[in-house]
Amino acid sequence: MTSIIRFQNVTKRFGALTVLDDFNFDVRPGEKVTLIGPSGSGKSTVLRILMTLEPFQEGHLELAGISYHEPNGRGAFKASEKHLHKIRCNVGMVFQSFNLFPHMTVLRNIVEAPVAVLKMKRAEVESRAIDLLRMVGLLDKKDHYPSQLSGGQQQRVAIARALAMRPRVLLFDEPTSALDPQLVGEVLGVIRALASEHDLTMLLVTHEMRFAREVSDRVCFFDKGRIVEQGDPDRFFGNPEQPRTREFLSSILND
Amino acid sequence: MMYGYVWDTTTPLTFAISILPILGIGLMVTLKAAAVGFAIALVLGLVLALMRRSRIKAISWSVACFTEFVRDTPLLVQLFFLYYVLPDFGIVLPAFMTGALALGLQYSAYTSEVYRGGIDAVQRGQWEAATALNMSKLLTYRDVVIPQMIPRIVPALGNYLVSMLKETPVLSVVTVLDMLGLANMIGERTFDYLVPLSMVGLIFLPMTLICSAIIHTVEKALPKSGIPLR
Amino acid sequence: MTWTQYLAPLLKGAQVTVTISLASIAIGAILAFAAGIARISSNRILSGIAFAYVALFRGTPLLVQLFWFYYALPLIGISFDPVTTGIVTLALLTGAFGAEVVRGALVAVPLAQHEAARALNFSRTYTLWHISMPQAIIEMMPPFGNLAVQNLKDTALVSLISIADLTFQAQSLRNITLDSATIYTMTLLGYFIIALFLMFVLRFVEMKLRRGPAFPRSAHS
Ligand SMILES: Nc1ncnc2c1ncn2[C@@H]1O[C@H](COP(=O)(O)OP(=O)(O)OP(=O)(O)O)[C@@H](O)[C@H]1O
Ligand SMILES: [Mg+2]
Repeated sequence: MTSIIRFQNVTKRFGALTVLDDFNFDVRPGEKVTLIGPSGSGKSTVLRILMTLEPFQEGHLELAGISYHEPNGRGAFKASEKHLHKIRCNVGMVFQSFNLFPHMTVLRNIVEAPVAVLKMKRAEVESRAIDLLRMVGLLDKKDHYPSQLSGGQQQRVAIARALAMRPRVLLFDEPTSALDPQLVGEVLGVIRALASEHDLTMLLVTHEMRFAREVSDRVCFFDKGRIVEQGDPDRFFGNPEQPRTREFLSSILND
Repeated sequence: MMYGYVWDTTTPLTFAISILPILGIGLMVTLKAAAVGFAIALVLGLVLALMRRSRIKAISWSVACFTEFVRDTPLLVQLFFLYYVLPDFGIVLPAFMTGALALGLQYSAYTSEVYRGGIDAVQRGQWEAATALNMSKLLTYRDVVIPQMIPRIVPALGNYLVSMLKETPVLSVVTVLDMLGLANMIGERTFDYLVPLSMVGLIFLPMTLICSAIIHTVEKALPKSGIPLR
Repeated sequence: MTWTQYLAPLLKGAQVTVTISLASIAIGAILAFAAGIARISSNRILSGIAFAYVALFRGTPLLVQLFWFYYALPLIGISFDPVTTGIVTLALLTGAFGAEVVRGALVAVPLAQHEAARALNFSRTYTLWHISMPQAIIEMMPPFGNLAVQNLKDTALVSLISIADLTFQAQSLRNITLDSATIYTMTLLGYFIIALFLMFVLRFVEMKLRRGPAFPRSAHS
C-alpha cells in the first residue's frame, strides 16, 4: 500500500541550526503514529512542515499524492498559495494552545471554515457541527465563547473544528500539555475515540506514554532531528533496543 | 532679499538653493523654540506629575482637570490666549518667549502623564522592598524608582519632542520668524509659495524621520531592567 | 459687548469646527485602514506607497501641509475651496497617523491565530477580515480616540486659511472688542466640551465592541 505521508531526504534549517537533516519518514493511510522525544528534537517541526506552517529547504515531501514543492514554485515554500491551499485540503491540526478564535462562538468556530473555504451550505455544516459537538460532549456549550470554557473544553472544540474540515490526516501537537492535570483525561478520551476511525491518519506528539502505547500503531522516538528508533508500541515500550531510547523512557517514566 | 541674502528665481532649483541660507536662519529659531519649549515641558510636567500625586484631594484633582483641559484644547488658541491676555495683566513677553511658553504648557500636559506612567510602572513591591531596607524617600527615588523609570520615559519623552518640533511652525502666526514664517514672507514677495513651502517640508521630513529613528534605536538599546544613576 | 453676545458667533464657528473635524475623521479613517492594510501587504509596491504616504504626512508639520495645499498647489493649477482644502489636509494627516494604529493592531494579533486560520485553509484576505480585523479593531479604539481629539485640536489651524471656524470667530471677535480673556476662555471651553463629547462617543463605541463574553477584558483607560 502506498504511503499517505512521505518525507524523502528532507532538510529543515532555522538559520544555521539544522533541525531535520536528511529526514525520511513514511506513514500509511489510516495509521496512528505517535512521535516522542526530548524537547527541541524536531517533533513539532515535522507537524508544522506538514501543515505548511514552515517551509523546508531540501528534499521531497508528499501528502496524499501531492508534492509540497511545485515544479516551478517560488518563494520560501517553493509553491504558490493556491498549491498550498490544495495541500491543506487533506490535513488539519490541533494545537497545544487550542488557538480558537476568541470573537466567535463555539459553533461559529466550527462552522466558519467549511462554509467559507469549502463553500458548503451553512445549514448542512451546522448539523454536522452539532454532531461533532455531541461527539466531544460539548453540545450544551455551542453558543458560548472560548473565554467561557475550560482549557479541556476549548481543546475538544478545537478537535471538532479540525474534524469539520474532513481532513484525511490530523496532526496533534502536544494537545494536552497546556492543560491542568485533571482536564487531560477528557481530551485524551476524545482522541481515543478518533483513533478507532479507520480512515483517519493521525500523527500525535505527546508526553503521555501510556496513552501513546494504547492508541498508536507505531511509536517513533526522535532525537536531534532523526528517528532513532520506531516500532510497534508494545515492542517499543516493552523492549527498547537503542540505549538512547531506554535512557529517555526511564527519564520520563521516573518523573 | 532678506538678511542680506539675494534669491535667484530663474529656475525653481536655483530659487530653492538661493533661499536655503535664509531658511537656515529660520531653522535655528525653530530649533531654539523646540528646545526652550521642551525644557519648560520637562520641568512643568514634573511639577504637575508630583502635584497629581499629592495626598490633598483638592490639589490632585484640580491638577488632573488642568492637564486634561490643556491636553484637549488647541495649541493655537492657547497661544492666542497667552499672546493677547498676558499683556492685559501687565506681562509683556517677546513673541518668541510667548510661543515657547505655549509649546511648553501644552506639552507639559503630555510629559506629566509620561512621568506618572513611569512612576506607576515601578511595582509596589519595589517601594516596599526599599522601605524594608530602611531607605529614605530620596534614596528610594534616586536608587530604585528613577533608574527603573528611565527606560520607559525616555523614548516617550523623545517622541513628544519630535511632535513638538513639528508644531513649532504655529509660532509663525504670532510673528515669530521661524522657517515657516520666513518661507511665507519669501512667498509674499516673490509670489511663489511652491518652492519655499516645499523646502520647509523637505527640511522637516529628514529631521523628524532621523529623530524618530534615533529614539527607536535608543528605546531598543535601553535595558528594560533600568539604568543606575551612579 | 458682554459674554452672552459672543455666544452666537462662537457657536456658529463651533459648528464649522465640528463639521470639518467629523468629515476629516471619517475620510481619515478610510485612509487609515487602506494605508494600514497596504503597509502589511506582501505587495511591495502597495506597501511602498503606503510607507511613503505615512512617512510624508507624519514627518512634516500640519501647518506646512495646510499652507502648501492652500498657497502652493494652486500655483501648479490645482485649487480647491478653503473648506475642501482643510478637510483633505486634515484627513490625510489623520489617515497617516491612523495607518500606524491599524498596522500596529493587526500586527499584534497573535501568530497562533494566523496559524490556526492557515490550518483551516482560510485565504489571506478572509483571515484579514474575519480573523485578524475583528480582534484588532478593539485594540484600535483607544488610540483612535486620541487621534480624534488630536484632529479636533488640529482643526484650529484651518482658521489660518480663512475658514470661519471656532478659532477664526474668536479672532474676529477679539479684533473688534479686544476682550481677549473672555473670548479665548470661552473658545478653549468650547473645544474642551467638543473633545469630551468626541471621547465619550468613542468610548461608547469601544464598550459596544467589547461587550459580551468574547472580549471579557474590561475597557482600559
Ligand atoms: N521559528 C524558529 N526559529 C528558530 N528556531 C526554531 C524555530 N522553531 C523551532 N526552532 C528550533 O528548532 C528545534 C526543534 O524545534 P521543535 O519545536 O520542532 O522541537 P520539539 O521536538 O517540538 O520540542 P518540544 O518538545 O519542546 O515542543 C529547536 O531547537 C528549536 O529551538
Ligand atoms: Mg513542540
